[in-house]
Amino acid sequence: MSAGGTAARRWRKPPLIRNPFLRYGIFLAAAVYVYWALSTLPFDWERIQEGLPRAARIFQGAFPPSFERSNLLIKGFVESVQIAIIATIFGLIISVPVAFMAARNLAPMPVYLLGRAIVIVARSFHPVIVAILFVKAVGFGPLAGILTLTVYSLGFVAKLLAERIEEIDWGQVEAVRATGAGYFTTLLYAVFPQIMPRQIGLGIYQLDSNLRASAVVGIVGAGGIGATLMNAFGRYDYDFALAITMVIIAVILVSEAVSGRIRKKIW
Amino acid sequence: MLTITNLVKRYGSDEPVLRGLNLTVPGRNVVSVIGASGAGKSTLLRCINRLVEPTSGEIELNGVKLTSLRGNELRQARRRIGMIFQGFNLVDRLTVMENVLSGRLGYVSFMRAALRRFPQDDIDRAFQLMERVGIAHYANKRADELSGGERQRVGVVRALMQGPEILLADEPTASLDPKTSEQIMSLLRSLSEELSLPVLINIHNVAEAKTYTDRIVGMRFGRIIFDGPPDSLDDEAMEKIYGGTPAEERSAPLPEGRPSRVAAS
Repeated sequence: MSAGGTAARRWRKPPLIRNPFLRYGIFLAAAVYVYWALSTLPFDWERIQEGLPRAARIFQGAFPPSFERSNLLIKGFVESVQIAIIATIFGLIISVPVAFMAARNLAPMPVYLLGRAIVIVARSFHPVIVAILFVKAVGFGPLAGILTLTVYSLGFVAKLLAERIEEIDWGQVEAVRATGAGYFTTLLYAVFPQIMPRQIGLGIYQLDSNLRASAVVGIVGAGGIGATLMNAFGRYDYDFALAITMVIIAVILVSEAVSGRIRKKIW
Repeated sequence: MLTITNLVKRYGSDEPVLRGLNLTVPGRNVVSVIGASGAGKSTLLRCINRLVEPTSGEIELNGVKLTSLRGNELRQARRRIGMIFQGFNLVDRLTVMENVLSGRLGYVSFMRAALRRFPQDDIDRAFQLMERVGIAHYANKRADELSGGERQRVGVVRALMQGPEILLADEPTASLDPKTSEQIMSLLRSLSEELSLPVLINIHNVAEAKTYTDRIVGMRFGRIIFDGPPDSLDDEAMEKIYGGTPAEERSAPLPEGRPSRVAAS
C-alpha cells in the first residue's frame, strides 16, 4: 500500500444471521418442510377436478343475484344489527371492571392475575368456536350470538383498555389521592377521565367489528344474517345467497367508513 | 405544628434517601426547602401525606401521629394536608370547577362525587377561592385549556378547598416562567397570612426562596444541613448545600454519629 493512496474500502451490509451454515440451513429446512407438508397432506386431485365444474355451476346459478325475498334478508340484517349492538353494550360495560382488574398499576397481584386470566380466556378462542359452544348450550338463535360477541368484545376491549390504564398520568392520581379521596372516588376522578376517550373509540371500533362477526357466527347457528345465508346455501338458493353476500359487503363498507370517521375525531 | 422526628426513607435496599431527618414547623410560617436534585426534598414532602411510605421515624401534625395511620384514618388525615405539585397534576379532562371541587372528595360520599352533587357550602367556597386567585370565569373550561400560571392557581385552590392545616408545595413554580412563578410565590405567601396556614415549599430558585419565605431549610443527601432565616444563607452555606460533586459524596461511607450541622434554629 502506497503512502498517499488508500485502497478502496469495500462495505457490504452485514447479513442478518452471521453464521453461514445457520443462514443457509434455515432456507434449506424451510424448503424441506414445505415439500414434506405438501406431499403428506391428503390432496385428492380427482375430487378437485370434479369439483371445479361444480363450483362453476354454483357461480352460474348465483347470477343474477335475487332480491326476491328481500323481507327475509332485511329481517336477518335487523337481527344481526341487534345482536351486534346489544353485545357491544354488554361487552363494553363488563370490560371496564375487568380492565381495572387487569391493569398492573392499579390492581394488587392476585386481582391482576384473575383479570389477566379472564382476558386471556375470552381471547383464546375464535368467535366461531365460542359460538358453537353457546349454540350447544342455549340453542340456535340470537341469544347464542349475543353471548358469543359479548365474550369477544370483552376480551378485546378489556385488554386494550387495561393497556391504556397502565399508561395513565400517575400525577393526576397522586393529586386526587392527596386530597383524602377513597379508592373508588380516586378511580372515578383521576383515572376515568383519562381513559374515557379510549373507551369510546374502542366501543365504536368494536361495534363495527361485531357487525362483521355477527354475520360469521350466524353461520354456525347463532342467529342473524349468517343464519339466513346458511339456509340459502342449504336450499341451493345460490342467487339469494349472492344477494345476501353483496349486502353484507355493502353494510360492512358503510360501517367501516362511518366508524373510521368517528374514531378519527375522538382519538 | 408539624414535627418530624428521625425520618428515614429507603427504597428497597438502596442507600436511604432520607437519613434520620428532623424538622419542626411551628404554626403559620412559610418555609422553603432547598437542595440539589436527589437531596430528598420531594420524598420528604410525600412522606408527610404518606404518598410515600416512610421506612422509620415519626411525623406529627397538630397532635396527630401521621406515620401510624391506616385506611380511613389516613384518608381523614390527608384531608388536612393540602398539596401543590410541580406539574400541577390537574385532571386534564375535567373542568376547572370539577378539579377545584375534587379538593372536597375526602369529605363527600362516593355517590355525591359521582353525580357531581357537592354541598352548596362547597360550591360557595369554591367560587370564593377562585375569585380570590382570579380564575372564577374559567369554572366550566376544561383544565387543559388554561395556561401554566392559571393551572397552578387551580392547583392551589384545589388544595385550599380541603380546608388544610398545612400546605405542601413540591416545586410549585418550576414549570412556570419567571414572572408567573413570582406571582404564584407571592400568592402562596399572602394566602398563608390570610388563612394562617403553615406552608412548606420545595424550591430550586434560591432567589425566590429568599424573597418569599420566612425560613430556609437546606437539604443534602437526606439530611438537613442548614436551617435559618433567609439573610443567614451566605455563600458558605450555599457551598455546603450545593457544592462538591454529588457522586463522590454518595459513594463515601456515611459519617456515623456526626451531628447534623445546623446553622441556626
